[in-house]
Amino acid sequence: MRIALFVTCLADTMFPQAATATVRLLERLGHEVVFPPDQTCCGQMHINTGYPSDAVPLVRRHVRVFDPYDVIVAPSGSCVGAVRHQHATVARRAGDASLTSRAESVAARTYELSELLVDVLGVTDVGAYFPHRVTYHPTCHSLRMLRVGDRPPTLLRAVRGLDLVELPAQEQCCGFGGTFAVKNAETSTAMLADKMRHVLSTGADVCTASDASCLLHIGGGLSRLRTGVRTVHLAEILASTEHEPAVRG
Amino acid sequence: MNRPTFLGMPATAPPGVGHLRGDESFPAAARRSLADPQLRRNLRHATTTIRAKSAGVIAESPDWEQLRAAGAAIKADTLNRLPELLEQLEAKVIEAGGVVHWAADAVQANQIVTDLVRAAGADRVIKVKSMATQEIGLNEALHAAGVTAVETDLAELIVQLGDDRPSHILVPAIHRNRAEIREIFLREMPGVDPALTADPSALAAAARRYLRETFLSTPVAVSGANFAVAETGTLAVVESEGNGRMCLTLPRTLITLMGVEKVVPTWRDLEVFLQLLPRASTGERMNPYTSMWTGVTPGDGPQAFHLVLLDNGRGAVLADEVGRQALRCIRCSACLNVCPVYERAGGHAYGSVYPGPIGAVLSPQLTGVDDNASLPYASTLCGACYDACPVQINIPEVLVHLRAEAVDARRRPTAESIAMAAAAYTMDHPRLYEAAQRASRLSRVAGRRGRGLPPPLNGWTASRDLPDPPTETFREWWAAR
Repeated sequence: MRIALFVTCLADTMFPQAATATVRLLERLGHEVVFPPDQTCCGQMHINTGYPSDAVPLVRRHVRVFDPYDVIVAPSGSCVGAVRHQHATVARRAGDASLTSRAESVAARTYELSELLVDVLGVTDVGAYFPHRVTYHPTCHSLRMLRVGDRPPTLLRAVRGLDLVELPAQEQCCGFGGTFAVKNAETSTAMLADKMRHVLSTGADVCTASDASCLLHIGGGLSRLRTGVRTVHLAEILASTEHEPAVRG
Repeated sequence: MNRPTFLGMPATAPPGVGHLRGDESFPAAARRSLADPQLRRNLRHATTTIRAKSAGVIAESPDWEQLRAAGAAIKADTLNRLPELLEQLEAKVIEAGGVVHWAADAVQANQIVTDLVRAAGADRVIKVKSMATQEIGLNEALHAAGVTAVETDLAELIVQLGDDRPSHILVPAIHRNRAEIREIFLREMPGVDPALTADPSALAAAARRYLRETFLSTPVAVSGANFAVAETGTLAVVESEGNGRMCLTLPRTLITLMGVEKVVPTWRDLEVFLQLLPRASTGERMNPYTSMWTGVTPGDGPQAFHLVLLDNGRGAVLADEVGRQALRCIRCSACLNVCPVYERAGGHAYGSVYPGPIGAVLSPQLTGVDDNASLPYASTLCGACYDACPVQINIPEVLVHLRAEAVDARRRPTAESIAMAAAAYTMDHPRLYEAAQRASRLSRVAGRRGRGLPPPLNGWTASRDLPDPPTETFREWWAAR
C-alpha cells in the first residue's frame, strides 16, 4: 500500500527517530511510504490557544498537501485528532465551504499509527523485538479523541522480549496540554509529578506512548529527576528488531 | 427576561455583586492551593473516591449512553424554546397558587428575595443548598438587610460557619477534613458540645441538633431548584440529607430561586434526569430525598410560594451557538471529579461558585470573557470532562471556542499574538520553516539540557528538561536517504 507520512512538526524537528521508525516499520511490512515535502504543521497549537484565524492557512496547506493521497499516517494521536476533529471546524468558521468538505475528506483518510496497523493493514504482530520492561501511557487525545482503545497495547504485547506493565491511573492526563504547560506551568508540573510517580511505581525502564508531545513532557520530567527511565515512542518500539534495534533502545 | 442593551444583545452578569469573578487569575490562585499539602490530600482522596463510586453505578446501567443522549436532547430542545417553556411554567405555577418573579440579574434577584423576606416579617431564613443563590451572593444581600441566612446542608453549613468559600458544586467543603470541621464547629456553632470529637457521626449529630431547632423556629425558607416542569408547574429538589425536605415543608413561606435553564418541558422528562443525576453526581443509583411541589396546598406545607426566575447572563450564553450547551448543565459535578486540573488546583482557584471544567466554560460566558479570561485556559483539553458529562456537554470544544473569544477580546497585539502570527507565517512557508528548524538547532537557545529558557518558556524549564535538538531533522534524513 502507498502511504503518505504526515510527520508532524514536532516529530520532524525534535523527534525524528519516531518518524524514521514509522518509515522503517511500514517499509518492513512491505508498504511504500511517501513524504510530501510541502507539509509543515497542522495548526493545532494555534487552534487550541485561541488563534483559529492564524490556523486557516495551515489547514489549507495541510489539505492541499495531503488531498492526493488515499491513506495518510501520523505517529501522533494528538495531531490526527486535530485533523479529524478541528480542521473542518476551522474551515467552517472561516466561511470556506469547499475547504470544509476537503478537510473532512482528508480527515477520513488520516490515521494514527496504531489505527493504520490494526484497522487498515490488519496486523497486530509487526515482528518487532524490544527486550525491555515497558509501561504504556495512552495519551488523552489517542484515548478520548480517537478512541484507539487497546490497539497500542495489543501491538506491544506481540513484541518479542517486551514485558508490558500496566500504568496505574493511566487515563489521567500527564499535564502537557500544549501551551497549558507554559501558561499553567505549576498545575502542569503537579500533574506531571503524579504521572511520574505512577511510571516509577511500575519499575519499567521505558515509558512509551504514541505522541511525541506527551513524551516530551513526561521525558522532560523523568530526565530532570535523573530517574533513569527513558521515554520511547511507540513507533520506535514497533520498528525495533534484533538486527535493527531502536536507535535509543 | 433579558435586560436589553443598546445593541440589543442580552446582558452579561453585572460586576460587583455575587460570586462569578475571582480576585486573581487562575494560575496565580492555583499556585497557593498547589502548595497546600492538606488540600492536595483531601482533594485527591475525595475525587478518587467519588470517581470510583460513580464509575461503578454507571457501569451497571446498560443504557447509560442512551440516557446521556436523551438528557442532552431534552436540554437542547428546552434551550431552543426557552421563552415559551418559561411562560408555560409561569402560568402553571400561578394556577397552582404560587407567585412568579422575573429577575434580569443578581441585583434584581437579591432585591426581590430580600423584599419577600421582609414582607414575611422574618429576620432569619433557612436555606437549601443552592448554586443560584451563591451565584448572586444572596446571603450577603440578606445580611446587609439585617436577615440571617442559615445554610442547612451539612457541607454548606461547614463552609458558612468557617467563613469560607465553597470549592465544589456538590461537596462544597471538599477541601476540609474531619479535624478541620471539628475545629470550625467548636469555634462557631452555637450551643456545641465542647467534648465534640472528629468522628463523622458525632460531627453529623452536632449539626443535626443545631439545625433541628433552626428548622422548627424559622418561618421562611429559600431554595434553589434542580428542575422545574413547564407542563405542570412542579419544582423539584434532590438532596441527600433530608435538610431540604425540612426546608421545603416546615416554613410558612418558601422562596425558590432558579436559573431559567432549569426548566424541562414535561413531567416525563424527569425520568431521564433522575436516573442521570445521582449516578453521575454522588455515585448513587437513586438520590435519598426527591422533593417535588406544585404551588401551594392548603393546610399542607408552606402556604406562600414564590418562584424567582433568574437570567444573570444566561441570555448571553444562549445567544452563543457553541457556548450555549453549557446551559444543559444539571450541576452534577462529574466533570470536577474527573478533572486532573481541578484535582490539583482545587475549586477556589477558579474564583467563581462554578469551579472545575463546567465553571471554566460557564463563568466566562455569564460574565463576559474579559472578566474571566484565564479560565478557558485552565485545562489541558484532556477530554475527561466530556466523557463524564451526563448531558454530553462538549467542554473541550467550548473551551477552545472561548479561547478564541478571549484572544479576539484583546484590543492590542500581545507578545503571544505576535509570536502566534509569526509562527503561522513561518509554518505556511516551508523554506522559512526549514530555516527555523536549522536555527533552533544551531542557536541552542535551550542551553544545556534546556535549562534557562526566556519567559514565558521558563515555565517549562523550571521543572522539565528539553531534549537536545537532534543532529538532523526528519526531512533532512528523508532527503539524504
